[in-house]
Amino acid sequence: MSKELNSIPVLDSIPQWFDAIVGKEGNAFKGLQNVRTSALEDFNRLGFPNKKMEKWRSTDLKNVLSFDYSMATKDFLMKDILEEVFECEVQELDSYVMNLYKGRFVYKESPLHILDDGVIVGSLSAAFDKYPELVEKHFGKYAKTENNAFNALNTALFLDGLFVYIPKNVKVEKPLQLINAVGTTEDVFVQNRNLIILEENSQLTLIHCDDSYNYKRSFTNSVTEIVLGANASIDHYRLQNINNNSSLKSTVAVEQARDSRLNTNSIILNGGLIRNESFVTLNGEGAHADILGVYLADKNQHIDNQVYVDHAVPHCTSNELFKGILDDYARAVFNGHILVRRDAQETLASQNNANIILTDKAMINTKPFLEIYADDVKCSHGATVGQLDDSALFYIRQRGISEDNARMLLMYAFAAEVTQKIKIDSLRERVEDMVKKRLRGELSICDQCVLQCSNPEKYNFEIDMSKI
Amino acid sequence: MLLQIKNLHVSINGKEILRGINLEVNKGEVHAIMGPNGTGKSTLANVIAGKEGYEITQGEILYNGKDIQKMPPEVRAQEGIFLGFQYPVEIPGVSMTNFMRTSLNEIRKYHGQEPIPAKEFLARMAEKKELVEITAKLTNRSVNEGFSGGEKKKNEIYQMAMLEPQLAILDETDSGLDIDALRIVANGVNKLKTSENATVVITHYQRLLDYIVPDFVHVLFEGKVVLSGGKELALELEEKGYDWIKKETEKR
Ligand SMILES: Nc1ncnc2c1ncn2[C@@H]1O[C@H](COP(=O)(O)OP(=O)(O)OP(=O)(O)O)[C@@H](O)[C@H]1O
Ligand SMILES: [Mg+2]
Repeated sequence: MSKELNSIPVLDSIPQWFDAIVGKEGNAFKGLQNVRTSALEDFNRLGFPNKKMEKWRSTDLKNVLSFDYSMATKDFLMKDILEEVFECEVQELDSYVMNLYKGRFVYKESPLHILDDGVIVGSLSAAFDKYPELVEKHFGKYAKTENNAFNALNTALFLDGLFVYIPKNVKVEKPLQLINAVGTTEDVFVQNRNLIILEENSQLTLIHCDDSYNYKRSFTNSVTEIVLGANASIDHYRLQNINNNSSLKSTVAVEQARDSRLNTNSIILNGGLIRNESFVTLNGEGAHADILGVYLADKNQHIDNQVYVDHAVPHCTSNELFKGILDDYARAVFNGHILVRRDAQETLASQNNANIILTDKAMINTKPFLEIYADDVKCSHGATVGQLDDSALFYIRQRGISEDNARMLLMYAFAAEVTQKIKIDSLRERVEDMVKKRLRGELSICDQCVLQCSNPEKYNFEIDMSKI
Repeated sequence: MLLQIKNLHVSINGKEILRGINLEVNKGEVHAIMGPNGTGKSTLANVIAGKEGYEITQGEILYNGKDIQKMPPEVRAQEGIFLGFQYPVEIPGVSMTNFMRTSLNEIRKYHGQEPIPAKEFLARMAEKKELVEITAKLTNRSVNEGFSGGEKKKNEIYQMAMLEPQLAILDETDSGLDIDALRIVANGVNKLKTSENATVVITHYQRLLDYIVPDFVHVLFEGKVVLSGGKELALELEEKGYDWIKKETEKR
């Protein structure tokens, strides 16, 4: 079959990639060979999603899949990556900032850190070498492949990713940051795979950034599995700021035990096409999930958020809030699905999606959906689409604030309902700065969310909206 | 002269609301505008402040001698015009503190001044809060969000105190206030009065004018100023009602 004839060129490459990654001698994940082979079969059966599918009706991949992406399948020297990788700014690598590059884990000295309290942080592949039972126990159990083509493809083809293990009763105070950056070469196809395990009564803050280093085209398919033991708690942030030529498909699958708490917040600042899928299974009584997101889109950008919450047992609570501002021809999709199973009595679930549309060409497709089989539940859902409030604009301008800044203030305030919920002060300030810059059209794709370089003084705005 | 309105005609969607208004306000003066519901008082206030949606078909509005018709509302505000809204707008997510700081700094920028230092700003907030006896809790909240009717009105005067405008137009700031709040608001306005600024109060109640003593009272009726006089006009109006005005106008 010639590539010219195929409308999705990577379909031709997938078997070769699979052979190179999984089929070769001594591959990194030997014990997972069966899982990966059957994932490839799942993918071959499912194929890439298309608009005829219910869950993909409003997101068309035809265009972004028309490019002949390539995947880095061979090992490459860490030294070369370190030199090649940072075009925007160089960051110090330490055990709390982890970098992925073209699906590889980037490190200076060691791919795996084992800290005093038993915390393990580092490369998934290194972790699998050293602690195969630990990885195998959870890997692939939450991000399902039978009905999800991208999860299947990722499971079959991933090279590496982040592994985190937090033992029982350990609370990690310092936030852990994962940066996946694409760019540097044209048309890369990247599969990142992360596994985050929190044992009983442990605690972690994880910041997951997807950034671009330049304007080169890429497609990232990222899958993260998070397991929360009883009474464990995670603050999870997705910060997405990729260039307009790039696509990002990001899945987060969370399994929650009794009394565990999930707080996941997606800050989507820029990207050609972004599709986030969150699968949250509340599988122990008293578990709670906050699933939040804010998206800012303009030009021809396309942002799609899919949230699936499974209330499997009684007495759990979940709360979803997604807010978006759409300019120009931008398009957004929100699909929220709350499933309350027959046994899940006394469930409390809410879901809300609010949008501001700045032009008559921008569009949002929002579909909140409740599927309830238990009778003693409190569930609510709502979706709104509106413009900036004229009377509020006049009120603000009457106080001497320019029209641009008045609009900006209203948009910023709208987004703030979500960004204010970021619990780490320095991150919240950084994100609020990025949102301001974004709304002003001043955010560059080189602006990364790296906490270490967060320096509010660096950013000067006519409107000073910092808290005093 | 601070404000000079000459033969102002204003229409909304082709319907004429103001039909030849004349009004002159000098520095150091307090004017009261009274008149029945729907007669055009808020329309006049909004047009002076530069709200969109009104068509000025005839006439002029001069502020400090300058025609302000083409000035956007923020520039009018920066030039010193303040409107106390009849219905203050709720702005969720924008804290009073940030709102006032942004506002003050944009006005300062317009006048070529540096942003207000944080310490000075905080001191000013504290001072002005005291002036209108407003609690700290209100300024920590989003602008007008969930404020009671009376709190919203007090908040307008608080903003006026923060911004120290040259011309303040207070559109029914007294309505919905309890007796204590009315006294506080009136006191606030009186304390802010200087020989360099002026206040126009729009009101339905003579009672307010016991506290804020006007130099002039104007009666607006069907889009025109039909009577102007001293503060005794307000009393006469209260006694005789708007029917009297109607007859007076018909006589002419
Ligand atoms: N946007 C609008 N569209 C149509 N008519 C309007 C609009 N705004 C005001 N009007 C009309 O203009 C007239 C004057 O209204 P305005 O609000 O100025 O009255 P007012 O004197 O302030 O009354 P009140 O004492 O009740 O506050 C009214 O008949 C009102 O219905
Ligand atoms: Mg009115």
